[in-house]
Amino acid sequence: MKALFFIIIFVVLIVASWQFVKLLGLTKVDDQTATEKENNINGWLMLGLMAFIYGLMLNSLIGHKDVLLPQLSASAEGHHIDVLFKLTMGLILVVQFIIQFILFFFTFKYRGIHNRKAYFFADSHKLETIWTVIPTIVLSGLIIYGLWTWNHVMDSSDAENPLIVELYAKQFQWEARYAGADNELGNANVRFIEGLNTMGVDFSDKNASDDVPLTVGEGKFVKELHLPKDRKVIFKLRSQDVLHSAYMPHFRAQMNCVPGMVTEMAFTPSVTTAEMRLDKDTQAKFKHINVLRKEKGEEEVEFDYLLLCNKICGSSHYNMQLKIVVDEEPDFNKWLATQKTFAQTK
Amino acid sequence: MSDHHHKETFVTKYIFSQDHKMISKQYLITGIIMGVIGVFMSMLFRLQLAYPEQSFSIIEAFLGRAGEGGVMTPDMYLSLVTIHGTIMVFFVLTAGLSGTFSNLLIPLQIGARDMASGFLNMVSYWLFFLSSVIMVASLFIETGPASAGWTIYPPLSALPQAIAGSGLGMTLWLISMAIFIASSLLGALNYIVTVLNLRTKGMKMTRLPLTIWAFFVTAIIGVVSFPVLLSAALLLIFDRSFGTSFYLSDIYLAGEVLHYKGGSPVLFEHLFWFLGHPEVYIVILPAMGIVSEVLAVNSRKPIFGYRAMIISIIAIAFLSTIVWGHHMFVTGMNPFLGSVFTFTTLLIAIPSAVKSFNWITTIWKGNIQMNPAMLYSIGFVSTFITGGLTGLILGDSALDINVHDTYFVIAHFHLVMGVSAIFGMFAGVYHWFPKMYGRMMNKDLGYLHFWLTAIAAYGVFFPMHFVGLAGLPRRYYNNTAFPIFDDLADINKLMTVFAIIGGLAQIIFLANFFFSISKGKKASKNPWKANTLEWTTPIEHMHGNWPGEIPAVHRWAYDYSKLDENGELWGGQDFTLQTVPIRNGEEEF
Repeated sequence: MKALFFIIIFVVLIVASWQFVKLLGLTKVDDQTATEKENNINGWLMLGLMAFIYGLMLNSLIGHKDVLLPQLSASAEGHHIDVLFKLTMGLILVVQFIIQFILFFFTFKYRGIHNRKAYFFADSHKLETIWTVIPTIVLSGLIIYGLWTWNHVMDSSDAENPLIVELYAKQFQWEARYAGADNELGNANVRFIEGLNTMGVDFSDKNASDDVPLTVGEGKFVKELHLPKDRKVIFKLRSQDVLHSAYMPHFRAQMNCVPGMVTEMAFTPSVTTAEMRLDKDTQAKFKHINVLRKEKGEEEVEFDYLLLCNKICGSSHYNMQLKIVVDEEPDFNKWLATQKTFAQTK
Repeated sequence: MSDHHHKETFVTKYIFSQDHKMISKQYLITGIIMGVIGVFMSMLFRLQLAYPEQSFSIIEAFLGRAGEGGVMTPDMYLSLVTIHGTIMVFFVLTAGLSGTFSNLLIPLQIGARDMASGFLNMVSYWLFFLSSVIMVASLFIETGPASAGWTIYPPLSALPQAIAGSGLGMTLWLISMAIFIASSLLGALNYIVTVLNLRTKGMKMTRLPLTIWAFFVTAIIGVVSFPVLLSAALLLIFDRSFGTSFYLSDIYLAGEVLHYKGGSPVLFEHLFWFLGHPEVYIVILPAMGIVSEVLAVNSRKPIFGYRAMIISIIAIAFLSTIVWGHHMFVTGMNPFLGSVFTFTTLLIAIPSAVKSFNWITTIWKGNIQMNPAMLYSIGFVSTFITGGLTGLILGDSALDINVHDTYFVIAHFHLVMGVSAIFGMFAGVYHWFPKMYGRMMNKDLGYLHFWLTAIAAYGVFFPMHFVGLAGLPRRYYNNTAFPIFDDLADINKLMTVFAIIGGLAQIIFLANFFFSISKGKKASKNPWKANTLEWTTPIEHMHGNWPGEIPAVHRWAYDYSKLDENGELWGGQDFTLQTVPIRNGEEEF
């Protein structure tokens, strides 16, 4: 019944805002297009709107700068994406700044006052050619550079001795498996899921026995996916139930996990967790976060790389994560050696 | 038009009407009601996003068990975003926008007595009404409405074990959408046939107002792409109910292996976006048409580059059908295909840029009449540019990787097609209200409505880009599970405050709209001093639109402020109706 109460308030507000106008006697007579006074006021207000938009832009660019992801990409491929991103974003900001100015300035300048006469100007091939050709040239550049970056990021065929890791998504957690000594993953299918074999690995496949499943380490509470610095990692992605998406924002990497098929993405981690914790953007961001957490009485946190789910997958989609740790390669190898293969766990 | 002198009953005049003007009002009012529901939902989930752990009695009041204690459940959050998206995209911005203005303006602006088939037109509205009722009804069922996102990707949407909303809620969603698609197709076919066949004498295609061009091309895109969504939905119904495996394969859920084998969700994504992408142009093109008209009328100037505008509309429509893959760069689609879609997608920027520059040139050296319709049109150009520019990032496959499915996308599409299309729709309502109801809307309320809405729209969606660049995925019930997003709380609150201001501002519009229908000042025959044919019809609506002969057309629609050889305004006024013959010594444009 409370809903009804809110709906009644809503209707009353509608009626009230109409009555309000009548009370103030704002309703005018005759002129149905717009009076000079209206043009004047709204012309100035348009400049105000422009100022508001610029204000939001500057406030966001400066004030919200430290909420952004650290500028330093944690992968070598991500660096190329960042260069392209900065170039495109720079272009967008310049164009946005100029075009919005022209739009609002014209609106203000040509507001209908003092018997202004409009200028009959219906066509100009010269102008239209200019603003067809310039965007075409700029876009050609963006397209060529974009496609070069895309091919560079997506093509992992020439990687030497890559590390092969499988990520397995399910409602609402991640599992993972390293390819082991032979660097080949054993076959898997949901039909093999049984008991402890939660990833559905086919143990009759000879490649499977040396695979290393990711488990909760000793003295830890959550699983940690360790990756080596400066070695290409090829991820093979599978899903057990619905669509998921493996999103690692710090590495500028994302790929969907699709039930019934294996998808792939690859990158070369270039900054260890320890190094990223010393990065100045990261420090500024976490300083801010920890101040906020302290106000709420929550414990302090440290930076960690994360794997998030980024495709709607059900009720707990918002909390489907895996911690990632990037180590120097010798440390990584040491860590991996402590993990048990399937053969050892059996 | 045999029923010209037929005596009309209440039922044939107001309910099962075949008159395009009445059908257009029916579409508009249904669209407004659906819009109120959709916007209200967004206010509820914005509250959840800004204050995740706090209790709100309004949430408990409206969501009942799913909002027990004043905090909504995660499933209800997903249902709200799903139904908000569905309602806004299809019911408000497709049916509400195209349905209203195509129906009102096509016959009136081309000089026809009615649509080619009044009967099909009536059926089209009532199918839309039925689908709206089913969609709204799905909000009240026990397992909750559909909750797999408005894109309803299987397997989530196919398996009730995966999420409760994929039970009866999704069934109703699919039935509602199937009926909706039938309605749009009937409407669109009617629009196409009418524009091609029923133009009055002298109304060449190159003399049509840009509104008609936009509606016409929109209808064509609809006819090409909506059937594909229908087939996608049918195959999904098969998978859900008859055990087929079009989209499903190798699934282990709730402790058992399901029997599906060999299908692929990626197939659904292809089919969905084959409609889904053209759909955004189905939404934005009519708004572009309306804005082109309103800008010209109120700048008292011809639209700049009329032919370039038509070519741009056609180019956008063509490109829109070959870019759908840019929604799927990270779905596991072949990277080469990604390259092709990047190329076609970025090409759309060219006609879009041409249109934007042409609008700006239209107001240059004009004599701008700042009525509410004009303010909304200028607002449209502004938000279209702001939102459109970030398309350069999302359309570029390499850059899309890291912003895909984050709030950056939400900010982009809300500005470029959500806010812009709504602005176009408001511009249309304020501009053609006198034609629909014979009365004027209150201008001061209109101004207040525009300023609050424009500020709120930018206030919500501009900072949202930064939330996306911080890496926050969309469709997260809250972000408290990730300490790295703790510093987004301030921005989230700011956006919610603006969202509530924007939502409440619509009360002003509703008051203005519904009271002006009966209490507004009487409109004159041509209140905006416009050139197009609809302003030659009597204020009082009549079946058949013109009392006598349909007037013949002698010129294009944009002879504003045209000067004769002595530098004086032709006929002493700054507009020349399309029905005025070319005068001695006057050059036709």
